[in-house]
Amino acid sequence: MLDLSVRRRQGNFQLDVTLKAGPGITALFGPSGSGKTSLINMVAGLSRPDHGRIVVDDRVLFESQSGIDVPPEHRHLGYVFQEGRLFPHLSVKGNLTFGWQRMPAHQRSVQFADVVDVLGIGHLLKRHPAGLSGGEKSRVAIGRALLASPRILLMDEPLASLDAGRKAELLPFIVNLASQFAIPILYVSHAMDEVLGLADTLVLMENGRVIADGPVEEVVARPDLKDFSGHRDAGAVLRATVRHHDDDHGVTALGFSGGTLLVSRLDLGCGASVRLRIRSRDVSLALEPPRKLSIRNVLPVTVTSLSPSSNHMIDVKLDCGGTVLWSQITSLAQSHLGLTPGMQAYALLKAVTIAREDIADYRRAGIAPEAVADD
Amino acid sequence: MFSLTPLEIEALRLSLLVSGVAVAGSLPLGILCAWVLARRDFPGKVLVDGLIHLPLVLPPVVVGYFLLVVLGRRGPVGSLLLDWFGITLGFTWKGAAIASAVIAFPLMVRAIRLSLESVDRGLEQAARTLGCGPVRTFFTVTLPLVSPGLLTGTILGFARSLSEFGATITFVSNIPGETRTLPIALYALTQVPGGDAAAMRLCVISVAVAFIALLAAEILARRVQTRLRG
Repeated sequence: MLDLSVRRRQGNFQLDVTLKAGPGITALFGPSGSGKTSLINMVAGLSRPDHGRIVVDDRVLFESQSGIDVPPEHRHLGYVFQEGRLFPHLSVKGNLTFGWQRMPAHQRSVQFADVVDVLGIGHLLKRHPAGLSGGEKSRVAIGRALLASPRILLMDEPLASLDAGRKAELLPFIVNLASQFAIPILYVSHAMDEVLGLADTLVLMENGRVIADGPVEEVVARPDLKDFSGHRDAGAVLRATVRHHDDDHGVTALGFSGGTLLVSRLDLGCGASVRLRIRSRDVSLALEPPRKLSIRNVLPVTVTSLSPSSNHMIDVKLDCGGTVLWSQITSLAQSHLGLTPGMQAYALLKAVTIAREDIADYRRAGIAPEAVADD
Repeated sequence: MFSLTPLEIEALRLSLLVSGVAVAGSLPLGILCAWVLARRDFPGKVLVDGLIHLPLVLPPVVVGYFLLVVLGRRGPVGSLLLDWFGITLGFTWKGAAIASAVIAFPLMVRAIRLSLESVDRGLEQAARTLGCGPVRTFFTVTLPLVSPGLLTGTILGFARSLSEFGATITFVSNIPGETRTLPIALYALTQVPGGDAAAMRLCVISVAVAFIALLAAEILARRVQTRLRG
């Protein structure tokens, strides 16, 4: 549990943040230069706030008033740096055990074999960092921080230097960590993809301030933040529950407030919670219930508002049983259909993406391949 | 067969002893000075920097004379050393080692400092977040990372000590078996008639020793580099 309130001036830049982060993964999201890294450097003790207080698990790490400033080596926080920062003169094993061996055995909450196993780095132990690929380096850096048995794991865009494939490979590892080792994670990112695939809580930062925080789905759905959270890319993000599986056709039915959605068979038990992402360009609109159609996911909706987007496109905001959906249509289609706010319509969902599986106990997760409905 | 005369063996032994002690003795102080110059900012830093580098630009004879005045038996520091610890530096091999150390010091500090300045501070921060205090971080991360600089500094210092002449002869003179190192023995031989052949032999020995030292340094440096790069 992290509880902080800090202020710091760096040249013309003023950072002023109050934040609480609980269990699970909290994403600090914002454009570069919004102060995300500065903030976690303060938590780690690598830089000093001018004013404020930082508390982790009821232990005061910094308090300007009383002059408390615990040095980084006594804060017991794990830090996974953007560039990895592996020690070039030590082997992978030497890197992994660097913090671990400084911990008295009875204080170690994380076991060496477990970490090596979870991260799949057993075959690298004798190698040196220079001989590792980018993905391997990231995993070793994560393992090294974990093995110091931290109270919180701070991760500063640990995947930024990796290509999309390696990223998708590592995301599940990170989701695993938070639950398997019961360590809260503060994850800095400027990629919405990562946030949707990882985080439980989203903290939006801009110009050194927190402009919103809360559960990922709620923050992403807020219309006042849509430019900021990049909704055009994300579309609607919603939570759904696994209702039942149809093994004959290989589909899973998911329930949410607006009805039922069919996706490719998921390997999850009934009642498990998943995060879905429905891109606005994957949503078409019809004014009458379409018949004889290959698309299986058709939901009754109410048009809430229309706003022009670039390139003669219109963003249509829809209400689907209390859940917000977005559809992007051409202005030609708009004039043809004559859509106005308040109209009843049918949303045709061409694709539904599982952003994160099994949120309830985050045991298995990751960006699964697009689960396309049977069209 | 090239066999050494007793005089040559003695000069060679003295040279190696004096240079070895000079380098080994001044290395910890060299690391400290390099660290202070690379990492700390304080008023008067320019002055300290200049003082450390002074022997590099001064004629060695000046340094030797200064040492004689300060550390000689009647010098302010030398007389205290004699009274309190019974140590005499003037006209002994220990004095020669000090003269060599002072002359070689700036070269050593420079090499280590350059290496320290190129160390990624991020790695030290990483060590701190992993539970290492500043001192421990220095010994487990910083020092291993500057090992190429330490090696260069040591070899440069050693080579400079081997060739030390001016400060040594001024401070501790030319005493057979005590302060007559290779360069001083060589100089002495050039001053007596018929010493040319013996002087030439000393020349060859000097070149060989210097060459072996450089070669060893090169081989060691390569090993360290491959270890650091993986």
